[in-house]
Amino acid sequence: MSDRFAVGERVRVRAAWPPGHVRTPHYLRGKRGEILSIAGRFANPEELAYGRDGKPARALYRVRFEQAALWPDHQGRARDTVVADIFEHWLEPAEEGGA
Amino acid sequence: MTAQAEHRHHHPHPRQPDLEDQPFDHFQLMAEAIGELLIAKGVFGADDLRRTIEAIDARSPADGARLVARAWLDPAFKARVLEDVNAAAGELGIDAGAIPIRALENTDRLHNVVVCTLCSCYPRGLLGLPPDWYKARAYRSRTIREPRAVLAEFGTSVPDDVEIRVHDSTADLRYLVLPMRPPGTEDMSEAELAPLVTRDCMIGTAVPQPRPV
Amino acid sequence: MHRHHDTGGEPAGPVVPEEHDYAAWEKRVDAILRLLTQRRVITVDELRRGIEELGPGAYDELSYYQRWIASVGNNLLEKGVVTVDELGRKLAEVEARWRAAGRQGEAAP
Repeated sequence: MSDRFAVGERVRVRAAWPPGHVRTPHYLRGKRGEILSIAGRFANPEELAYGRDGKPARALYRVRFEQAALWPDHQGRARDTVVADIFEHWLEPAEEGGA
Repeated sequence: MTAQAEHRHHHPHPRQPDLEDQPFDHFQLMAEAIGELLIAKGVFGADDLRRTIEAIDARSPADGARLVARAWLDPAFKARVLEDVNAAAGELGIDAGAIPIRALENTDRLHNVVVCTLCSCYPRGLLGLPPDWYKARAYRSRTIREPRAVLAEFGTSVPDDVEIRVHDSTADLRYLVLPMRPPGTEDMSEAELAPLVTRDCMIGTAVPQPRPV
Repeated sequence: MHRHHDTGGEPAGPVVPEEHDYAAWEKRVDAILRLLTQRRVITVDELRRGIEELGPGAYDELSYYQRWIASVGNNLLEKGVVTVDELGRKLAEVEARWRAAGRQGEAAP
């Protein structure tokens, strides 16, 4: 199975709000970033949290976000960023022309 | 926080005895009872528990500092650190455990800071147990959003033309900041360089100073 | 609204550079969790989910390792590794032993 996204690709974190053990932080939902690197394939923590095996393992991506894109009140000249490790099933391609 | 305050916590502390003059609570009873039940049921042995506590005590920021100092001196070792911290630590006789630790290299254009907004993920396998502030709400809430203000509270300032990259440890990987070697240290040995690498330098809230304070 | 542990970006006060030398009971809790995960009795994901399910009050009222041992206990009960009765009796036994040794305390959570 190949990875869905490539390094450098623009992606959006799905704006989904399921209950349960979710490791995609709320502040990233619906936000756009780019794939910095592919961290490997890992079992799904959402399933491991309930005693299930979390398989099949799926791709985990290091995704970089501009601070200016995350916070409405972001100030400063610096182009600071956030990187988080996000599972493939939480990502979708960023829309064409998206910020 | 002063550098002295950080430096005090570089060496492993002796195991603290239970504070028997302090009142016990439900959770201390639980820690004792659950351990005894699991031993009685053969889930693990008393020796396993003792050895695991010793392994916890065996890791401290000094282990990370050795790794960083060696990386500063040996470019080939540094390349191996950037590939796999656990394996590189093993070369120095440090058992960093099974959870993968990845190094984040600071440059004159990039300053890395590590946080776990969801809980308290930290490279325990190399640095030992995290400080309380790392696990507390203020650090976890604010560092991801206003890293420069948080760093300023640590007395650390990063120029505006340097990108601050905050890493949220949301999955199975743990992160270790590989700080830049400070200027004026060209003649220093590994043993002299290691004390410059404080724990906070490897979290990213501090940078190594040219001389230990 | 999002869950209490998912705290990134929320307003908060200054970072207070607190740290403490870990007490023996805290290291014991950490070691128990490590051994349980090594032996695949529970996963760290189950530990975390258990802590999240303690509810927001737990973050205000309980310390870090208090939350851990509460989660471990609940997980072990859910999996049937220990029963409520076994745990209750063992807690009472430990309490009696500690009181006999001169320690004082409160057994109820």
